Amino acid sequence: MSPDAGTITSPPLLVLDDIAKSFGAVAALRGVHLELHPGEAHALVGENGAGKSTLVKILAGAHAPDSGRITLDGEPLLLRGPADARAAGIAVIYQEPTLFPDLTVAENIFMGRQPLRSLRRVDIREMNRAAEQLFARLGVRIDPARPARGLSIADQQLVEIAKAISFDARVLVMDEPTAALSGVEVERLFGVARSLCARGAAVLFISHRFDEVFDLCQRLTVLRDGAWVSSDPTADLTVGEVVRRMVGRDVDSLFPKQDTVRRDTLLEVRGLSRAGVFSDVSFHVRGGEIVALAGLVGAGRSEVARAIFGIDPYDTGEVRVAGRVLPAGSAAKAIGAGLALVPEDRRQQGLVMELSVERNATLVRRGALARLGLLFGGAERAEARQWTRRLRVKTSRLTAAVGTLSGGNQQKVVLAKWLATRPRVLIVDEPTRGIDVGTKSEVHRLLSELAGEGMGILMISSELPEVLGMADRVLVMHEGRLVRELSRDEADETSVMFAATGQGATA
Amino acid sequence: MSHDTLTPAPPVAGRQSGRLAGFGTALGSWDAAIVAGLVAAVLVASAAVPNFATGRNAQFLLLDLVPLALLALPMTLIIVTGEIDLSVASMVGLCSSLMGQLWLSSGLSLELICVLVVLLGALLGAVNGVFVTGFGLPSLAVTIGTLALYRGLSFVVLGDQAVADFPADWTAAVVRPIPGTSIPVMVVPVLLLALVFGVVLHATPAGRALYAMGNNSEAATFAGVSVARTKFWLFVASGAVCGLAGLFWTLRYASARGDNATGLELTVVTAVLLGGVSIFGGRGRLLGVVAGVLLLGVVRNALQLADVDANALTIVTGTLLIASVVLPNAVRDIRARLHRRRQHTRVTAP
Repeated sequence: MSPDAGTITSPPLLVLDDIAKSFGAVAALRGVHLELHPGEAHALVGENGAGKSTLVKILAGAHAPDSGRITLDGEPLLLRGPADARAAGIAVIYQEPTLFPDLTVAENIFMGRQPLRSLRRVDIREMNRAAEQLFARLGVRIDPARPARGLSIADQQLVEIAKAISFDARVLVMDEPTAALSGVEVERLFGVARSLCARGAAVLFISHRFDEVFDLCQRLTVLRDGAWVSSDPTADLTVGEVVRRMVGRDVDSLFPKQDTVRRDTLLEVRGLSRAGVFSDVSFHVRGGEIVALAGLVGAGRSEVARAIFGIDPYDTGEVRVAGRVLPAGSAAKAIGAGLALVPEDRRQQGLVMELSVERNATLVRRGALARLGLLFGGAERAEARQWTRRLRVKTSRLTAAVGTLSGGNQQKVVLAKWLATRPRVLIVDEPTRGIDVGTKSEVHRLLSELAGEGMGILMISSELPEVLGMADRVLVMHEGRLVRELSRDEADETSVMFAATGQGATA
Repeated sequence: MSHDTLTPAPPVAGRQSGRLAGFGTALGSWDAAIVAGLVAAVLVASAAVPNFATGRNAQFLLLDLVPLALLALPMTLIIVTGEIDLSVASMVGLCSSLMGQLWLSSGLSLELICVLVVLLGALLGAVNGVFVTGFGLPSLAVTIGTLALYRGLSFVVLGDQAVADFPADWTAAVVRPIPGTSIPVMVVPVLLLALVFGVVLHATPAGRALYAMGNNSEAATFAGVSVARTKFWLFVASGAVCGLAGLFWTLRYASARGDNATGLELTVVTAVLLGGVSIFGGRGRLLGVVAGVLLLGVVRNALQLADVDANALTIVTGTLLIASVVLPNAVRDIRARLHRRRQHTRVTAP
């Protein structure tokens, strides 16, 4: 890195000046200022609700700012819609790519502007060739003729990036692109981002993961409550300082797990296999301990959790809860035995977004709360109130649709829903994905407390700091197999990543 | 401490929930609108249509509504889960044919035949249920198939003859009014069944599960709901209720025929959607559906009395069906837009 990496003197490529945007009476952005220079990777950080998403939508042309100026190369830029943003060379990559699953990779990239032969027939060969060229520029290998369905999220993002550069995008906005990626995939994405920067593009990178922010970006802008707080070279900043600016106070970015008394084995998994997904997975979780299941995305961790919980079937093996064999393939029986699963995908699996906070919080307990088979409002209301208070869910009313809550509060509702069942074993799959720092440390403190009360916790996480901070033991999966078990003392970034990438001895 | 932790909601949440409350009343007011529509229809028909506001017509109107009301009950629950059963009218027809054939040739008592017919209806529904939940096929396609299949079978069973020689005390019993009124006795069991379905939908664990799976079946599965099993039993219930409707239909007209209740599925779906149930699943109330059934019945009855021909009646039903799908969405959109505009002027006005 050049010594003056943080102090860029070239004229800015894109400038947002004094941008304000309100929704009704709520000011989402107030006087935000942002400069992107050519060749720069610029981080945008802030808690959930700080205004990052609104800023991204303004850049994407989805929202028009109420006031303020945007200039590109010193010229005023008016974004009336996504087409304007695209024409100006601004491309946005979202956390969850929006490809057409049944079209090929190349068709997705060239949707609406396919190269044509005579009689307006699509020139498939030319389209695939062009897609291949784009991937070559990015230094990645994806078959342009394969359908987008089945691509990993990381590959889907690369397809979106290929699409962006095919439009000659000069400003690439990446909205939490790494939330669903594993370490290796993040490195590959960053490699692509750096090569784009080297060609003079500017990257705006939005993430909750500070190690990545400091790894990739030269400068960093902090937003808080819709207002601009600071823009500085990352070299002049520390994680602690950034967190302080984001929340306006001191917060432990991670709440390390307290030591607890180990109790009896609560969950025992023996030789669990499902053809083509995972094989011969054996481990146990005792009361009072947090066991982390680490590994790359796609290593089969969530699939193991789903099989244990009875969502998916398995071919061979056995699951025991508190010593008793759990029949396969029934979530209801798993719940009855004392298991709880906070799934990976909050919006699709964790919650029914259209239903109220109250209905979601008591959905699993609907049978237990009934009297003579009948449910009347009071019991559910009381239960929901108790658990949403205990977890400090911020919602004005229990009858509000859960979809109107922020991501962090939604996750708390999922936790409330499962803690209300008073489970013996809590399986949490990516418990803090996409939620803000404050809520994150609340979730960590809660998990630690629950373990202290004797619950057994199996935590699937792709965030190494979370794994290392929280886990008593770390199990590492690689390509469907459990390859390594590390004690708290043995586990560090190197040992976990070695095992996760399939290097080193098999446990 | 509970007061400390329940900090006043931040303005964002308050504002959003305000909008959502508007949303809620928009849905609640659909029930109110249907009831208002019902009252208006009764008043207009009473004033404008001769012979509408008579005891005798009320009796016929309510008798006509019995099969429709019966079929609308399980249909409501099925549509709430995001499925549909279009084979209901054909199941009524097949049950009616079987009742006729059994009476004609089996020598069994009519009581036993009635039990068998209801069981048969449940079996027909179970066939739908197996195709939808066991093979994972879309209920729209499956029940269009069985709509044709069951109707065809009902002609196989009885040919094009009609069985009419049911005992007079039975055929008289189903049309008899409650003494001293013009309300048919049959209204009582229908209301009781409506109460049962209403309680199941709105006040049992199973009802909560129906709304959850209608909105997001994956999240329902993760919450321990047996989505397939629940839907299977709903189709069985639909079939059994069709059996009941088949009995009633046969006895009321003293005629078991293969073409009984042809086309009734259109009216049933219309009444359910008119009652505020979302065709996309996950939303709607049974009370609204009861009002929807009555409104549809009053409109059709009044038009019949006014000598409007049968084709025009079908046009009216079709129009109401489309209107009840389009209107709730339109109302919601307009409300949201007005709400935004109101807030906007509030912010920018001073």
